Amino acid sequence: MNFVEAVGLTKTYTPKGAEPVHALDGLDLSVPRGTITAILGPNGAGKTTAVKVLTTLIVPDSGTATIGGIDVLRRPEAIRPIIGVSGQYAAVDENLTGFENLDMVGRLYHLGAKASRARAKELIDLFDLSEAQNRPVKGFSGGMRRRIDLAGALVTQPEVLFLDEPTTGLDPRSRLGMWDIIRSLVSQGSTVLLTTQYLEEADQLADDINVIDEGRVIARGTADELKASVGGQRVELNLVTPDDTVATVEVLRRYGTSEPAVSNDSRTVTVSVASGPEALQLVLRDLEQQNVALFDAGMRRPTLDDVFLRLTGHTTADAEAETVKEKAP
Amino acid sequence: MTVGAAIRTDATARPGPLSRWINDGWITTRRNLIKIKRVPDILVFTTLQPIMFVLLFTYVYAGVIDIPGSTYTEFIMAGIFAQTVVFGSTYSGSAMAQDLKDGIIDRFRTLPMSPSAVLIGRTNGDLLINSISMGVMMATGFVVGWRIRSSFLEAVGGVAILLLFAYGLSWVMAFLGMMVRSPEVINNVSFLILFPLTFISNAFVPAETLPPPLRLIAEWNPVTWLVQAARELFGNVPPGTPVGDRWVQQNPELAVLIGVVVILIIFVPLAIRRFSQVTSR
Repeated sequence: MNFVEAVGLTKTYTPKGAEPVHALDGLDLSVPRGTITAILGPNGAGKTTAVKVLTTLIVPDSGTATIGGIDVLRRPEAIRPIIGVSGQYAAVDENLTGFENLDMVGRLYHLGAKASRARAKELIDLFDLSEAQNRPVKGFSGGMRRRIDLAGALVTQPEVLFLDEPTTGLDPRSRLGMWDIIRSLVSQGSTVLLTTQYLEEADQLADDINVIDEGRVIARGTADELKASVGGQRVELNLVTPDDTVATVEVLRRYGTSEPAVSNDSRTVTVSVASGPEALQLVLRDLEQQNVALFDAGMRRPTLDDVFLRLTGHTTADAEAETVKEKAP
Repeated sequence: MTVGAAIRTDATARPGPLSRWINDGWITTRRNLIKIKRVPDILVFTTLQPIMFVLLFTYVYAGVIDIPGSTYTEFIMAGIFAQTVVFGSTYSGSAMAQDLKDGIIDRFRTLPMSPSAVLIGRTNGDLLINSISMGVMMATGFVVGWRIRSSFLEAVGGVAILLLFAYGLSWVMAFLGMMVRSPEVINNVSFLILFPLTFISNAFVPAETLPPPLRLIAEWNPVTWLVQAARELFGNVPPGTPVGDRWVQQNPELAVLIGVVVILIIFVPLAIRRFSQVTSR
């Protein structure tokens, strides 16, 4: 059963003196209970707008949304007690300490003074926030703020957790830490809707991925299904010396279904093939005859970048550039 | 790591609407009290600036402006009170704009709290700051020779009417802060509006001394009613001072009270509605 269900959401903004922007253009979304579902798309694709509709922050122009069978648009006050939200911009009070922030959220959930304090303390320990426990949030790193913000979303055990770009702007170490936290949430059976512009993040965390572009879902499936939809596999070779590049490209042309792609440093050569294992064997046999030395050789499935390119005809970077252009006056 | 503790908001165990509303208002007020404690600039500004104004006005203008039957110090205090609390009400504007910018309004709006709570907490914060300012200004006034020449109750009424007026204005500013969305812009705009509003009034000079067009504005300026009301309640209007024949000049206290009620009736629902719709970025 789908715990979160959105059908045909639309939202159009008309900036002053500019063309209307269709932030949501018939978005359908469903999140089964106890799973983590990702909304994957470039900047400006409508991810944050979708989350804002589902978390009662904005009202769509049309469409319907329910969480646990409750109508989000008609009964937002019934939705708020069962959701947890952590946004891209850590929504913490700079002047309060980490403890005071969490305690305040608990009291605004009406847990009562005692339970709020106990829960705040518990979250401080769980999220490794002891450093920020008694010091104002002002002056702490982005990673620390984000952890406090996420802890704030978990003050009550929400039935569904919305994470809007939880790792955008974090350094790689903080990002890995955040992934660990999110994974442990899911292992306990939480229902999570996560937005991300990082293909790897969706791949790592989500059971189910909705690729969105220009306000609507353009593909849906598991990471593997999406990759398989691009078709074929790739043979990828890492050369010891760039001197062998020409010979390697020559060999790959014999078995590939596309023109071999050479990386900028001329050491990695990739080609699409119809059947991975067979092609890899043949390629390796030919390369051995020509004495080409390899660091690494293998098959790889297409990445989600390949998926996005095939679905939209443009890369994620192109989509972002387009959005920026649209937003410019 | 076990993140999900067995805490659930049990709908049946939740307190009733009234106690929830009081709880939410208190929690958000407390947030602003902590801010006043943590950001000393606010307190320094709200205490030092009024002291500075009292000293500057009483000593710089005392020899220039003649108040028949009284002293300029007695005359000016109500004006400085009014100006200070009017400006003290603007924190709500920049604070709401800042909260929007920081995204914390989004956090509040996704919590099951009453939609008026953040605004109540915010305007209460201004009320507290203004109360502190009033105390400091009155103490400084006493030092430079200002005296309350009315009854204790009337004086309490004088303080109350000043704070009430500013409280009404705080709701207007909170609403504007959510419309304008930029703390800097709201500060500059309120400065541009409130400075003329407090100066084209009877706050610093008797309105009768103003040139005719300004005098007309001053007579209809609510700040004039407020200053007149405060002056009367503190007993700082010398006997025999001519009173204008307009109703607002004869009943400044009532005019201010009606004005504040009208402002609250209009702007409390407007601000709450705006809060329920607004989202950061």
